[in-house]
Amino acid sequence: MTGKGATVVERVRAGDIRAAARLMRNLDDGIPGARAVLRELFARPGHALVVGLTGPPGAGKSSLTDRLIAYHRKAGRTVGVVAVDPTSPFTGGAILGDRVRMQDHALDPGVFIRSLATRGHLGGLSRATSDVVTVLDSMGKDVILVETVGVGQDEVEIVELAHTVVVVSIPGMGDEVQAIKAGVLEIADVFAVNKADREGADRTVKDLQMMLDLRRTTATRGGLDHDSVHRMTRTGSEDPHEAGWWEPPIVKTVATRDEGMVELAEAVERHRLHLDRTGERKLREVARARATFLTILRDRLMQGALNRLAEEVGHLDELAARIAARSADPYELADELARRL
Amino acid sequence: MSQKNERTLRILVAKPGLDGHDRGAKIVARALRDAGFEVIYTGLHQTPEMIAAAAVQEDVDGVGLSIMSGAHLTLFPAVVDALKERGASDVTVFGGGIIPQDDIPKLKESGVSQVFLPGATTQSIVDWIRGNVKPRAEVA
Ligand SMILES: Nc1nc2c(ncn2[C@@H]2O[C@H](COP(=O)(O)OP(=O)(O)O)[C@@H](O)[C@H]2O)c(=O)[nH]1
Ligand SMILES: [Mg+2]
Repeated sequence: MTGKGATVVERVRAGDIRAAARLMRNLDDGIPGARAVLRELFARPGHALVVGLTGPPGAGKSSLTDRLIAYHRKAGRTVGVVAVDPTSPFTGGAILGDRVRMQDHALDPGVFIRSLATRGHLGGLSRATSDVVTVLDSMGKDVILVETVGVGQDEVEIVELAHTVVVVSIPGMGDEVQAIKAGVLEIADVFAVNKADREGADRTVKDLQMMLDLRRTTATRGGLDHDSVHRMTRTGSEDPHEAGWWEPPIVKTVATRDEGMVELAEAVERHRLHLDRTGERKLREVARARATFLTILRDRLMQGALNRLAEEVGHLDELAARIAARSADPYELADELARRL
Repeated sequence: MSQKNERTLRILVAKPGLDGHDRGAKIVARALRDAGFEVIYTGLHQTPEMIAAAAVQEDVDGVGLSIMSGAHLTLFPAVVDALKERGASDVTVFGGGIIPQDDIPKLKESGVSQVFLPGATTQSIVDWIRGNVKPRAEVA
């Protein structure tokens, strides 16, 4: 522990749980002073590997997180966890219940678990999730596990935050596989088919494998995804395989019986080695920086625009009423404001 | 879009002790969510130490305990003490359960802020929290 006179930055870097927890709260609540602290932490990061877990509600993300914590603790690594649950759009309240599955680690000083509510943010995470990960990293955590909300199929933000994304699915969900096809396929670095104690696990594995095979065939024909284009540009290669193509492994797990967890953790580890070998870890960090920067920029510009709007054009509520009454045109108003900025 | 510095209350709802059902705790958790609070729910069989550790990590403003086992005279003060030990004595502790009227003064003396008896409505719990649990200071 650090002494009495220590700054918040020093306390967080020394692993002070209370200082870190309060900073996370202040960041979540948008307290201006917390930004300055974050800026200092940001300038000298830790070394954490960030692993994301996404997939539909009830698939077992929290249970898998619990078992992954156990795995890493056994290997002597410290672990941070961020678990995001949805805020009710009607009441603004939320029930954050992911800790229920992680009780084994409640008293382990090497584990810090934080629950966050989406607070109206879309995309699978909350606005403050990335900041909370930065705080955990500054505390010196070796591994940070991020559990997304798991509602809907547009949970793409985790790609920008995590080094490795684990997509969790379960057997016997025809529609689920459709959903995976629709968007999740692109974001998965590793697939976990959890609840493999249930019937149909092999079938799900086969379905996923088929989709991956299909993707690889189209990739060689030129229909490449973002990452492989990056890789090929960098290595000057014509062949995505040669350029360090990553074939997402599919791992069967039973989180509640601790089965398949070593295989899952090893698949994540292989992906980490792949990231280091191909230089893609850097690329991902640049992508995260870009996303963070754009989010901040968008907020700033929007805030500036709204202030300007209020000062020079009219109050938002009043303008909205005029637009609703069709006495004003939203495009014209937006153009007018944009010209002034 | 405007960045109001309005803090959302965070409340940990826990079920300490050995008794095996958490219906009451879940009902309260839902009522608190519907009142606009963020509820951290930790489930059954929590020791006071586990509750305090979670309260600190989650930086909650209050801890609500549901105790049906009759062990309230040991569990409530134990949670208060465990919080103090972790430097979190500013967390408001309240709770409810099957608790004899006579025990309430003893509980309050040990640092429990409010005790709700089985007949209490969820609305009365929400109202009490609104009036008595304040978002914590910016500095830990
Ligand atoms: N049969 C079976 N049940 C599981 C498995 N993993 C998790 N569960 C159960 O599935 C339910 C939802 O799990 P949870 O981890 O909360 O899912 P999440 O919503 O994705 O975080 C819980 O009741 C778990 O006990 C598994 O491998 N097999
Ligand atoms: Mg969960």
